[in-house]
Amino acid sequence: MKPAKFEYFAPTSLAEALELLEEHGDDAKVLAGGQSLMPMLNMRLARPKVVVDINRIPNLDYISPTPDGGLAIGALTRQRSVERSTVVEERIPVLAAVMPSIAHFQIRNRGTMGGSISHADPAAELPAVCFALDGEFVLSSASDQRVLKAENFFISPLTTAIGPGELLTEIRLPARSGEWRWGFEEVCRRQGDFAMVGAVSLLQIDDDGVCRSACITMFGVGGTPLRIRRAEEALLGDRINDSVLEDVSKIVSEELDPDSDIHASAAYRKEVGGVIARRTLEAAVSRVNGDDGA
Amino acid sequence: MTTANRTVKVTVNGKEYESSVEVRKTLADFLRDELDLTGTHLGCEHGVCGACTILFNGDAVRSCLMLAVQADGADLTTVEGLARGEDLNALQLAFQENHALQCGFCTPGMLMTAYALLQDTPNPTEDQVKEGISGNICRCTGYAPIIQAILQTGRGPALTLPTNEEG
Ligand SMILES: Cc1cc2nc3c(=O)[nH]c(=O)nc-3n(C[C@H](O)[C@H](O)[C@H](O)COP(=O)(O)OP(=O)(O)OC[C@H]3O[C@@H](n4cnc5c(N)ncnc54)[C@H](O)[C@@H]3O)c2cc1C
Ligand code: FES
Ligand code: FES
Repeated sequence: MKPAKFEYFAPTSLAEALELLEEHGDDAKVLAGGQSLMPMLNMRLARPKVVVDINRIPNLDYISPTPDGGLAIGALTRQRSVERSTVVEERIPVLAAVMPSIAHFQIRNRGTMGGSISHADPAAELPAVCFALDGEFVLSSASDQRVLKAENFFISPLTTAIGPGELLTEIRLPARSGEWRWGFEEVCRRQGDFAMVGAVSLLQIDDDGVCRSACITMFGVGGTPLRIRRAEEALLGDRINDSVLEDVSKIVSEELDPDSDIHASAAYRKEVGGVIARRTLEAAVSRVNGDDGA
Repeated sequence: MTTANRTVKVTVNGKEYESSVEVRKTLADFLRDELDLTGTHLGCEHGVCGACTILFNGDAVRSCLMLAVQADGADLTTVEGLARGEDLNALQLAFQENHALQCGFCTPGMLMTAYALLQDTPNPTEDQVKEGISGNICRCTGYAPIIQAILQTGRGPALTLPTNEEG
């Protein structure tokens, strides 16, 4: 038997799940897609006393358009459903674009949107995209509900603001189509691996070609996804040309302070971080309104 | 219910089973140890190798990353469900013809992954096949014959499961 002993509950309503989480507090682990938790149970890196399996709760698996043009996504929505959703493609194309880079299709068939965000692996795509988009997370507990911005949610590697007794129930993302242009790049050894370094960029460029807003988010290079503010400022108010891109690429490399690990050295991550940030900006610039720029 | 054991009812390859399982038992171990369906292989038990791939309500999943209790009420297909008795299906024959297996350890996972891929993308391109099997590790064949076998099957008639035809 691989996992250590635990008590298992499979609540069939949200209320029941929240009561169980309140009752068991720190002793309980939520089981969503299991694509990160099950390896930890099998290797006994996690030995929770109680496992609360949320897969039998109805109505936690949905992708709903919101009036402001964005999306509300239920925490239990499978990564594969997000990947295949036409409304995701229309409203937040950058979210659709990252999905195929998450693991392999068999894993995305089980893995959930909420699970990836709650797990908060610093090299994971979904936390980075939600962070770049200024997403909001709905945390529910038996007695309360609070909504946190992504910047207040990701704390350190594998650590979020989700408290004992709380369940992430919904992810809210604002619209980023139309006048928003975007780029996504990551470097990994094999298709489907976690990124050694990754970048997500979002730009608004006015009719004169001047950059009006910029967001450059890097991941796999720190404990949480990171905005590179100094590089964003260097883009604002200018037309984006080669020399601007060269500067921005340099600034990104300078600003990164990654660790070395068995996958890549810190120096490699800094260097490549600047290169792929530049590529995401080039991709964003070349995308015309409403066009996927492919 | 919170006791260490639970009753699980599943349909595997068209046959119904009911069994009492410990809640911490993985679905892969349940298939192999309780149901004696040892065609599903275990290479890594943490989601990396793909040898344990089965169909869970029609979707390809890692059976090492699910608990047996989670399969209660589900319809599963394992590699034993592909052939009709002794008659291999077209995908299996294409693996044989193209020498797409040597030791055979990865083969059950490759077959189930390829089956799911072909259901989804009936006549895939080489790139689609490569991406489709990117989550399955083979240490023997060098992948080229596996890709050939899947491409060849994709050019032929659609695959069906014996259980679907009878049901
Ligand atoms: C071989 C392999 C390769 C992978 N490659 C990638 C990759 O390239 N990129 C990537 O991003 N991911 C990758 N993953 C991880 C995958 O995306 C997981 O699905 C994801 O990290 C966790 O989602 P889950 O639904 O499976 O969550 P689970 O494994 O069920 O849970 C993960 C953690 O989050 C908690 N949790 C889950 N849901 C909630 C909730 N609603 N509220 C509160 N807490 C919750 C759990 O208690 C647990 O601590 C890979 C996994 C494998 C096995
Ligand atoms: S045994 Fe399940 S993926 Fe390796
Ligand atoms: S045939 Fe030996 S691992 Fe694939």
